[in-house]
Amino acid sequence: MDNRVIIVKNLVKKFGNFIANDNLSFEVFKGEIFGFLGANGAGKTTAIRILSGLSSPTSGEVLVAGVDASKKPEAIKKQIGYMCQKFSLYEDLTVKENIMLYGGIYGMTKSLIKERTDDLLEKLNFREYGNKFIADLPLGLRQKLAFSVAVFHEPKIVFLDEPTGGVDPITRRQFWEMIYETAERGITVFVTTHYMDEAEYCDRISIMSEGRIVALDTPENLKKQYGADSVEEVFIKIARPN
Amino acid sequence: MQKIIESTGISKKFGETEALKDISFSVNESEIFGFIGPDGAGKTTLFRIVATLLKPDKGEMKVLGMDCVTGFKELRKNIGYMPGRFSLYQDLTVEENLNFYATVFGTTVKENYDLIADIYSHIEPFKKRLTGKLSGGMKQKLALSCALIHKPKLLILDEPTTGVDAVSRSEFWTMLAKLRQHNITIIVSTPYMDEAMKCDRVALIQNGSVLSIATPQKIRDGFSSKLFMVKADEKFKLITTIRRYPQTMTAYPFGDSVHVTFTGDLIKESLIAFLDESGLKNVTVEETQAGIEDRFLELMQKPA
Repeated sequence: MDNRVIIVKNLVKKFGNFIANDNLSFEVFKGEIFGFLGANGAGKTTAIRILSGLSSPTSGEVLVAGVDASKKPEAIKKQIGYMCQKFSLYEDLTVKENIMLYGGIYGMTKSLIKERTDDLLEKLNFREYGNKFIADLPLGLRQKLAFSVAVFHEPKIVFLDEPTGGVDPITRRQFWEMIYETAERGITVFVTTHYMDEAEYCDRISIMSEGRIVALDTPENLKKQYGADSVEEVFIKIARPN
Repeated sequence: MQKIIESTGISKKFGETEALKDISFSVNESEIFGFIGPDGAGKTTLFRIVATLLKPDKGEMKVLGMDCVTGFKELRKNIGYMPGRFSLYQDLTVEENLNFYATVFGTTVKENYDLIADIYSHIEPFKKRLTGKLSGGMKQKLALSCALIHKPKLLILDEPTTGVDAVSRSEFWTMLAKLRQHNITIIVSTPYMDEAMKCDRVALIQNGSVLSIATPQKIRDGFSSKLFMVKADEKFKLITTIRRYPQTMTAYPFGDSVHVTFTGDLIKESLIAFLDESGLKNVTVEETQAGIEDRFLELMQKPA
């Protein structure tokens, strides 16, 4: 069985003469936690926009959950979830309203939304918060809810942008456990971050520099290869050419 | 020696929310003093009080020997403040921003150029560029140059490295270390625990209270039990399994391993046998030194 969820072959994306993605090739597997790293301006955002159906490649092949990104970018959107640290939930809607909204956007039926909402609130120990506004929830709880909403429609892949930035260490740990559990259920977790200690939690990481992937391996192998104690050291050695 | 900052029992409320509760600390000359804590801990409120932009409800804040409430006019000439959100005018050029800040403080770029030369030289080639068109790392260097251009005695940096890539962050900390030679005292806040090691002393802050103040090494040494780093192929299964081991006190994911503390003396062989029996593969158990984050976790769990 083919357990590749993302297949990228010779992806090129140009804006005029500028080559934002220069011949990228990589694969991501089912249930994998994959870290996608790079300095500011390395081309990460461009690549993620293509992987999530918001932009098309200039050339090359991109398959996301079996869908061709150049032909059916709209179909990709149903297969993925997305969460970023800065904004994911509407603060002036309640917990239940947010769940309803996102479930609806992803085309879930009302009865399925209702059924899963109860399960979700139960699982998060959230029943008392169902009718509270997001603005009134502590940051840690918001974070957990934002993640749960991003995977509520059981996508094949969830994209996380700096998922644990700024949260306290206990919430952060609980959050990574949720991510591990999600990955174990078979959902692929695609993490982008500037913070190399977040990268240490990933199964494999890739590092981009000037539009290319300059490293791709497990954190442990990369540390060995570059004689470094941390992913941060590896990154500083290779993420900038000068 | 004169204290650059002396904070005694500072409290501040916003409506019902207690943003700061009885905060006391002092900062010595030429020190890099870090406030480490998550979003919402009270870092920005505290820094706004030090910068004379906000009055405390209770307590006394003295900076450079002056009271922050009554002495604000004189104080403002001697402090440089870089707020978390960039303080730069996006529609001015690099050079115009710097000139603007110099003029506001009644000085010129030329007069204090030696102080910012190291930092500004990175962006000087782009001095005619609009600030809005700079990368995050370049904006950060310009904001730091602007905060320094009047040669302040105290530099207040509120989350200067948030959203900046690892290479720029590392360069930024090197620049701060160099500013020490100019007798500039720095207070800096960050939600990122790993940055604590770059400071001379740090205060761990959470929910408006200080959990601990010491050198980074002393904070790590304060960890009260032996800490073990346990690894295996399936991380989630490892966490849930190790929590069932009778001697386990705490078990948390930590990078590619799980950090675990135990009651009594750990017999490694029995733990490994237990994990092997549960079907985990490639199990390793090693003692490790606690980091700032481990100690922060431990302090958070202490009953108040």
